[in-house]
Amino acid sequence: MTTGALTHLQSLEAESIEILREVAASFERPVMMYSIGKDSSVLLHLARKAFFPSRIPFPLLHVNTTWKFREMIAFRDSMAEKYGFDLISHTNPDGLRDNINPFDQGSSRFTDIMKTQALRQALNAGRYDAAIGGARRDEEKSRAKERVFSHRNANHAWDPKNQRPELWRVFNTRLNPGESMRVFPISNWTELDVWTYIYSEGIELPSLYYAKSRPVVDRSGTLIMVDDDRFRFEPGEVPRQEVVRFRTLGDYPLTGAIRSTAATLPEIIMEMQASRTSEREGRLIDSDSVGSMEKKKQEGYF
Amino acid sequence: MSLPMATPDTDIDLWLKQQTDKSLLRFLTCGSVDDGKSTLIGRLLYDSQLILDDQLASLRKESHNRITGDEGIDFSLLVDGLTAEREQGITIDVAYRFFSTDKRKFIVADTPGHEQYTRNMATGASNADLALVLIDARKGVLTQTRRHSFILSLIGVKHVVLVVNKIDLVDYDQAVFDRIVAEYRAFAEPLGFKTLAAVPVSALRGDNILAPSVHTPWYDGTALVPYLESIDVSEDRTAEKFRFPVQWVNRPDLDFRGFSGTVASGSIAVGDDVLIASSRQPAAVRRIVTMDGDLDRAVAGQAVTLVVDREVDISRGDVLSRPGETPEFSNQFQARLIWMNEESAFPGRSYLLKVGSQLVPATITDLKFRTNVNTLEHTAATKIDLNEVATVTIATDKPIAFDPYAANALTGGFILVDRLSNATLGAGTIEFGLRRAQNLTYQSFDVNRDVRARMKGQAARIVWFTGLSGSGKSSIANLLEKRLTAEGRHAYILDGDNVRHGLNKDLGFTEAARVENIRRVAEVARLMADAGLIVLVSFISPFEKERRLAREIAGDIDFTEVYVDTPLAVCEARDPKGLYKRARAGEIKNFTGIDSPFEPPQAPELVLHGGEQEPVTLADALHDWLKL
Repeated sequence: MTTGALTHLQSLEAESIEILREVAASFERPVMMYSIGKDSSVLLHLARKAFFPSRIPFPLLHVNTTWKFREMIAFRDSMAEKYGFDLISHTNPDGLRDNINPFDQGSSRFTDIMKTQALRQALNAGRYDAAIGGARRDEEKSRAKERVFSHRNANHAWDPKNQRPELWRVFNTRLNPGESMRVFPISNWTELDVWTYIYSEGIELPSLYYAKSRPVVDRSGTLIMVDDDRFRFEPGEVPRQEVVRFRTLGDYPLTGAIRSTAATLPEIIMEMQASRTSEREGRLIDSDSVGSMEKKKQEGYF
Repeated sequence: MSLPMATPDTDIDLWLKQQTDKSLLRFLTCGSVDDGKSTLIGRLLYDSQLILDDQLASLRKESHNRITGDEGIDFSLLVDGLTAEREQGITIDVAYRFFSTDKRKFIVADTPGHEQYTRNMATGASNADLALVLIDARKGVLTQTRRHSFILSLIGVKHVVLVVNKIDLVDYDQAVFDRIVAEYRAFAEPLGFKTLAAVPVSALRGDNILAPSVHTPWYDGTALVPYLESIDVSEDRTAEKFRFPVQWVNRPDLDFRGFSGTVASGSIAVGDDVLIASSRQPAAVRRIVTMDGDLDRAVAGQAVTLVVDREVDISRGDVLSRPGETPEFSNQFQARLIWMNEESAFPGRSYLLKVGSQLVPATITDLKFRTNVNTLEHTAATKIDLNEVATVTIATDKPIAFDPYAANALTGGFILVDRLSNATLGAGTIEFGLRRAQNLTYQSFDVNRDVRARMKGQAARIVWFTGLSGSGKSSIANLLEKRLTAEGRHAYILDGDNVRHGLNKDLGFTEAARVENIRRVAEVARLMADAGLIVLVSFISPFEKERRLAREIAGDIDFTEVYVDTPLAVCEARDPKGLYKRARAGEIKNFTGIDSPFEPPQAPELVLHGGEQEPVTLADALHDWLKL
């Protein structure tokens, strides 16, 4: 390591803090995406560190599809109260009116309306010129090529062939009217880095990450938790109690649980080290087609 | 409670400590197209068991009909992420990959070999400690190999491993390997790499990747991965001069004022004296604040907030150092530039320069020479094209704090940004500062229209509105001017009101006078555009001949003829100044549309229908069309 004195995690932390400060110093209306998951929790922790003793100088935005696990919403509100950040929650009013849901519309259409379009609405309404997200380059192939400061045109679209060169830590934060930036402070972290950081810093997470007996149904190998009475059962389907946990959090009907007894952070980390499937496999939206994430990003998905 | 998959004696704390204590090696892979970079990285990921079951399954599916190793996998599919790349079969953008072994964590920048994407290679190199330079054993050292190696030295990558790939395709022939290595060493000698190793490998077959291959008994060096695990690339940045670029002023309330930033080099302790580069004001460090508690000392790489012992003016962009070890503070320096944009660089152009957290307007004042990246020869040049490297002098609008890049990459590396599009145009490394009095070379470029317009952040042009009286020309021009002004552009309207009453008040309405009227207005428009302005001319200009004259006078200035086509009946009904009424009554002679003709333009750049849409809609449409 070039710095010599810092450990791997310390230098990742410092790099992320520097990126967060650059956003606060360079943009007029930044916002931080808050999805309540582990990456968001790390991001929140880093933002508190970056600006201490000041409060986080920008709001946190949660795009609420109304299909999140109930516990996520409770956790979100408790964090906002505990750390005193400004929380903006946005739901696509059109989707709400048309009762868009993952059962009738399918994952792709549901995600487009309740996430991608909702995000666009919220970003436009707030006139945010920079939106900070918790994506990592190790998550998915198209993310591996994204810049830390990733330019979006006035339609929030990403042009992968025309990305700005990004050298050293000199970030080009300049925008033309209507354009915006997506900023990814934990680009260089791996999933293992995130977990070890959560462990060493004692960062709070929703208990959904920890194994517990939960009511689930098995949909062609994917375990879906029945979180509320809006769940649509297939004919003859009955939820079973199983000891499961989640590797990623999102909309409960679209997020697969894994069978696991890992109920503590060390157990999760050990299990993850031994695991042979990638993190996003639990997310149903990525497997629609080859290049589906890249396509979604060009359309404005985070 | 059981620990699934864990060995019985696993102590999680010990294991986690081992994880966090691992050192990190950031390296990049470069080389020519088809040298097998993606395959090599895929191989490294596969061999370090980072390919997971679901990825492996989808990979086997996609590897059908492709060249594969014994594992039945086309490893390049793992890293060629973007659909465009899959279709073209080349890597067009830098991708970052992560893997780790028991000894080290690795971040790999997979950088493109295709010539037009060389800028991405420089990007990957800027954050790398080491580079793998790939060579196809069948092809040897190529132009791209030389180009990339030169860029490595320019960016200051100190450690290089020459990976001679596809050694299986030359029957593991030692002579081929030795010849390539000798040729490369001869070329790379002046590039000043600290270490240069060479390994014969087959990324596809796995030879000399994890362990020495049985196929190359003549090779007595280490296999690639063990070499990467053990090479020492550390540089003690803590021992260097203290540099602290202030990123953000931390001011939660009136009682606290701190300066947040990352220590770029060196170290600082509570009680130490510091000096502000711009104002030369001294102060002492009173606190080093972090959320985990105050520190006694901060070292290179740490992100902290400094509080000083007195009221001094410090803002974003300032650099703190120790007294007696200050960075250079100047508005002129010599640098090497890598150009990364299709639009060439010219001396005299104004750009935005960002170094650390300082952002200032800057001009290339002198292009000393271009460096031929294949032969390293210097050649004279008047511009720098995409992917070219040149040595230049740069003048900034105000002095900035910096160090030579060789001494400190974080305070000596900069980017140039386009003032109009905000694209990143190039990257540079500062060689040394120049003293203002001795080296001002402003005479080496002409102050011309382009230079003046760029200072205003725009391109100069003339927009010529023609149409009947009352057609809406002036309303549209006024709305456009307002919008441009709101956007920070510099525009000016020439119309009957401000010209007829002054410059042209000696002219009447005879045909000769009207021609002279137009000629003078066209000349004034040209002068204003030459001064860098966006000139909006709103004149009835009824005759094709006059409009052609105006266009000829404009010469090489961008000239847009906008015909505001509003029916006479509509104009007459509007009659904002009562002129039509007076013309109909015979009080005004030669009135266009009544007793003097209007020749509709034959080929205007744009027609706006003033009778059909509101002026504001038309002004917006025009704004969009002009792409200002």
